[in-house]
Amino acid sequence: MSKILIIAEHNGTELNNATAKCVSCAAATEGSIHILVLAADGAAVAAQAAGIAGVEEVISINHANFAQVLAATQAPEIAAIAADYSHIYGPSSTFGRDLMPRVAALLGVNQVADIMSVKGPRSFQRPVYAGNAIIDVSVPEGMTIVATIRMASWAAAEGGNSAAVSKREASAETPTHSRYIGLKTEGGDLPDLQSANRVIAGGRGLGSEENFQLIYQLASKLGAGVGASRAAVDAGYVPNDMQVGQTGKIISPDLYMAFGISGAIQHVTGIKDAGTIVAINKDAEAPIFEVADIGLVGDLFSIIPEIEAAI
Amino acid sequence: MSEREVMEYDVVVVGAGPAGLACAIRLKQLDSERSVCIIEKASEIGAQILSGAVIEPQPLDDLLPGWRDNMPPHCIPVTEDAFLMLGKTGSKKLPTPPQSNNHGNFIVSLGAMCAWMAPQAEDLGVDIFPGYAAAGIHYRQDGSVGGVIIGDMGIAADGSQKSSYMEGIEIHAPMTIFSEGCRGHLSKQLIKKFDLDKDCDPQTYGIGTKELWQVKPGKSQPGRVQHSIGWPMDSHTYGGSFIYHLENDRIAIGFVTGLDYPDPNFQPWEAFQQFKNHPEIKTLFEGGEILSAGARAIVEGGYQSLPKTEMPGALLIGDGAGTLNVPKIKGVHQAMRGGMLAAEHLGQHADGKGYDKALRDSPIMAELKKVRNIRPGFHKGLWLGLINAGWETITGGYSPWTLKNHADHTALKRLEDYQSPERNWIDRELPPRDRLASVYFSTTAHEEDQPVHLQVADTDICINQCTVEYGNPCTRFCPAHVYEIVEEDGEMEGGKRLQINAANCVHCKTCDIKDPYQIINWVTPEGGSGPNYQNL
Amino acid sequence: MKILVGIKRVVDYNVRVRVKPDGSGVDLDGAKMSINPFDEIALEEALRLREAGKAAEVIVVSIGPNACQQQLRTGLAMGADRAIQVDTEERLQPLAVARTFLAIAEKEQPGLFIVGKQAIDDDNSQTGQMLAALWNRPQATFASEVQVEGDTATVTREVDAGLETIEIDLPAVITTDLRLNEPRFVKLPDIMKAKRKPLEVIPLSDLGVANDNTLEIEHFAPPATREKGIMVDSAEALVTELKNRGLL
Repeated sequence: MSKILIIAEHNGTELNNATAKCVSCAAATEGSIHILVLAADGAAVAAQAAGIAGVEEVISINHANFAQVLAATQAPEIAAIAADYSHIYGPSSTFGRDLMPRVAALLGVNQVADIMSVKGPRSFQRPVYAGNAIIDVSVPEGMTIVATIRMASWAAAEGGNSAAVSKREASAETPTHSRYIGLKTEGGDLPDLQSANRVIAGGRGLGSEENFQLIYQLASKLGAGVGASRAAVDAGYVPNDMQVGQTGKIISPDLYMAFGISGAIQHVTGIKDAGTIVAINKDAEAPIFEVADIGLVGDLFSIIPEIEAAI
Repeated sequence: MSEREVMEYDVVVVGAGPAGLACAIRLKQLDSERSVCIIEKASEIGAQILSGAVIEPQPLDDLLPGWRDNMPPHCIPVTEDAFLMLGKTGSKKLPTPPQSNNHGNFIVSLGAMCAWMAPQAEDLGVDIFPGYAAAGIHYRQDGSVGGVIIGDMGIAADGSQKSSYMEGIEIHAPMTIFSEGCRGHLSKQLIKKFDLDKDCDPQTYGIGTKELWQVKPGKSQPGRVQHSIGWPMDSHTYGGSFIYHLENDRIAIGFVTGLDYPDPNFQPWEAFQQFKNHPEIKTLFEGGEILSAGARAIVEGGYQSLPKTEMPGALLIGDGAGTLNVPKIKGVHQAMRGGMLAAEHLGQHADGKGYDKALRDSPIMAELKKVRNIRPGFHKGLWLGLINAGWETITGGYSPWTLKNHADHTALKRLEDYQSPERNWIDRELPPRDRLASVYFSTTAHEEDQPVHLQVADTDICINQCTVEYGNPCTRFCPAHVYEIVEEDGEMEGGKRLQINAANCVHCKTCDIKDPYQIINWVTPEGGSGPNYQNL
Repeated sequence: MKILVGIKRVVDYNVRVRVKPDGSGVDLDGAKMSINPFDEIALEEALRLREAGKAAEVIVVSIGPNACQQQLRTGLAMGADRAIQVDTEERLQPLAVARTFLAIAEKEQPGLFIVGKQAIDDDNSQTGQMLAALWNRPQATFASEVQVEGDTATVTREVDAGLETIEIDLPAVITTDLRLNEPRFVKLPDIMKAKRKPLEVIPLSDLGVANDNTLEIEHFAPPATREKGIMVDSAEALVTELKNRGLL
C-alpha cells in the first residue's frame, strides 16, 4: 500500500488550488494521502487542506523559517520525514519545480516531473519535448518516488472532508545562506498570458488595432489574459509579445477563446495543451474549427457584445 | 558607418551546396596550403538544400574515392525505373527515355549528402560557416569582386539596431566563388553588373515542391524511381513528377512546374497536391505521415541560357550559373563537376581568367549542348514537345538549330488575354491541408523582428495595376503563402494592401523569377533564418 | 571568481519532434542540434558578469559524447574562456548530471554555477536544484535578473505569483529563465578564435560518479490528438455551454 505525502503550496493564509490537484493524482495512485503544511503559522492552511476529499491526515509544521518559501529551507525538513512515505508529490508550479528536485537529491533519487497520468503505483506518464512526446516512466522498487504533478492534467479534488491535523516540530537544520527579500506581483489589470487560466485571443478578423479593444474588454470582464495570432501581430494590431503559436508563446490555459483566428497549424501548435478551445469565426471552413471543443460561426463584432451580455 | 572587420582567405565560397563543397574540397586536395572558407546562410549545412534527388555518382568517385564504403545517409542505388503518362484517373506506362535511365545511379537526400560532405571538407582544412548570410558583394577599387559582406544581425523590422545588433564582417579573397544555387541573389547582381548574360538567352526556371513521407510498411520499394508527365497539367504547362522509394518505409515525392506557364491563375503548389491525390498515387501515402516538405526553384535554361561564368575576381558555378540538365532532371553531377573544374582551373592559373572557356570546352557543356533543344520544344505544348524530344534524342542533339528561351515572367498572360483551361481538379484528402500547413513541415523559422527580405519596389503596382491585369499571381505562385492581398479595415476601409508574410518564406526564389512586373527582389534575411529541411 | 556554465546539446527548438513509429524514442535523424536555449541564456549571463568585472573566468561544461564538442565550441565562440567535456556515451538522468557537475565544481571551485532552468528535450527542470542540494549551497531558480555584489547575489525569480527576489551567498547555483537576457550572436572571427581555446576532455569514469536510482523510461507515444468538438449557434448557447462545463 502506497503512502503518499503531498507538499502543500500556499501563501501563508490560503491553500493554493494546486494542492487539491495533487490530491487527485494521489488518489489515482491509490494509497493513504497525507498533506504536509510548512508555515510560520499553518493553522488556517492546514484546516483548508484537511477539507480536501480523500486526505487522511494533515501534518502541520510551524517554524519562523517557513514564513517564506525557500527550497533550501524546506527541502531538508521534507527529506527528514520522507522515510515514512513511498511517494512525495508536489505541484509542477514554480513552487514545486523549485522544491521537489532538491528534496529528491537529498533522498538520492531522480524525480518524476509533470505526471499527467498514473498507470500504476510506480508507473506514470509525462510529457517531454514540450509535449510532442509522452513517455511512460516507472520507478524501480525500493526508491522513494518524488514527483511533480502537471497542473493542466488534473482537476482539483472536491472538498467536504475533515481530516485530522497533527502538529509536529521542525527537526531539520535550517541553512542561512538563502534569504527571501520580497515578491512583486506583476502590474496591469490582466493576468500574464503565459500563466493565465483563461486566455482571450484575437486574429486578423478583428480588422484593426482599435477593434482589438473588444478583446481587451472581454478579457478584463473574464479576468483573462490576452493573446493574438501572428497575422494580428503582423498587421500591427498588437505587440509581438502577445503572439501565441509556434514562434510565439506556447500556452495551456483551462479556457482559450479564439476570435477571428483562422487556426493555421502554426497557431494551433501554441494551444494544443489548452483545456477547452472555443473558436468564433465567420468562415465555417476555418481550420480552427477542427481543433475547437466548441465552435461558433458568425460575426465576432456582434457575438462579443452578446457574450458579454450573457455572462 | 564604421569600418567593418575583415577576414582574409585565398578563396571564399558562397553557398555550401554540392558545387561549393566540391569546389572547396578540390581546392584543398590540390593545395592544402590554400585557405578556403564557405559561407552558408542556412543554420546548418544541408538545411536549405532541396532536391529530388537521383544522382550520377561519377563526380563523387572522382572527388571522394572510397565514398561507396562510407555512403551518405539515405543513399541507395536505383533498382527500377518507371515513366508514366497520367490521366485524371489512370495512367499509361511510357518507355523510359534514355536520359531517365538511372541504372548505376543513386537516390540521395541532397541535404543529407551535403551535411555528409561538409565534415570531409573541414577535415581537409576548409572553414565552413553555416548561419552566416553573404548579404553583399565587396568590390575592389578597380571594380573587381574582392569578397563578400556578411549580413548584419540584430536589425529590427523598422531598421533600427536591436540590443543584440552585430555588424557583419567582410571576407576578402583574391577569388570569390558564387555557388548560391538557382537564382542566387548575389549572382543576380553580378550577372547584371558585369552584363554576364549579354550573349545568351534569358535564364528559365521551374518551381519544384517536395515532401518526404513515412509511409505504411510495405508501401515503399527501396530503389524504385518513378517519373510522370500529364495530369494535372494542361498541355501548355510544362511539368512532371518524381517519386523515389527509400529505405525504412520512406518515400520522397515531388513535382516540378516550368515557370514559363501562361495561366495567371495557375497554382503550382496545388498542382503538386493534385498529382499526389491521383488515385494511383495516393494509395502509397494513405495512412502515412509527412516528415518534411519544401520548395525550391530549379534552373532550366541550360546551354543557350548559360551566362558568362567568370568576371574579375569571381566565378559562378553550379545551379547559380545554370548547368542543370533538364531532360535528365539532374544538376548535382554537373554542379559538382563545375565546382571541381573551377578548383582545377584555379590550381593551374593565377586567377579565374579562362574558366568560362574551360567550362564551355568541358563535358559539362557538351552534355548541355546535346539536350539543348528538348526543354524549349515544350513551348509548343506537350505533344509537339514530346515529338521534338524524341527527335533530339535520336539525333543526339545534332540538329543544326538551337531553340530560343524566353524569360519566364514574360510568359504570363494577362487575365483578359487568357482563358484558363477547365482543370477539373479534385477535392484532396491527403495532408497538408494548405500551403501554411506545408510551411510547417519545412520547419521554417525567421526572427520575426527583422526587415522584410522580400523587397517590393512599388506596392501601388500590386494594388492598382496587377490586381486588374494579372489578379496578383504572387498569391498563387508562392508555395509558402508569403503574399496575400488583404482588405483594409478602419480608416482605409474598402481598400486593399499587399501583406508580405516574410516569415513563411522557404527561400525558393519563385517570386523573384515569375513576378510579371519584376518588382519583387529577394534578398537574404538574417543568417540562420529560413527553412530547416530535414533530409530533403 | 570563476563561473561554471552547464550546456546541454539538444535538438534545436525549431525542429518538429516526432515519435518513432516503434515507440522507442523520438526521431532525430537529420535534425539540427543546438545548445539548449536556456543554457545559452545561462552562458550569456555569465559572460555579462565577466564583462562587468564580477567574474574572471567563464568555463562551459557539457556531458556527452564527442558530438557535444560542437556546442562547447559554440560556447567558446560566444566568449567562454575554456571548456570541459565530460565524456560518456551514457544518457545521464538529472541526479547523475548533478553529481557530475558537483565533481567539476569541487575541482574548479566556482563562485557561481549557472544552468538553464530546464532542457527542452527531457523538460525535467531538476539539474540545478539537485546540484545545489548535493553541494549544500543556495539555489536561485528561474532567474530573470541577477546582480552580484561581493559574496552575495540578488536574484529576481519568475514565479507563478510574480517576481520574487531572494539574496543568496556565493557559491550558489542559478537556473535561468527566458527573460533574463538575449544571447549574443557569435562573431565570425570568434569561431576561429574558439578553435584555439582549451577544451579539456574528462572521461566520466574518472569522476567516480554513480548513475544509480534511475527511472525506467519505457515507451514514447505521440500526444493524443484533439477530438473535434461541438458547434453552437449563438452567443447565449456558447455561454451556457461554458457555464455547464464550469469554465465561466
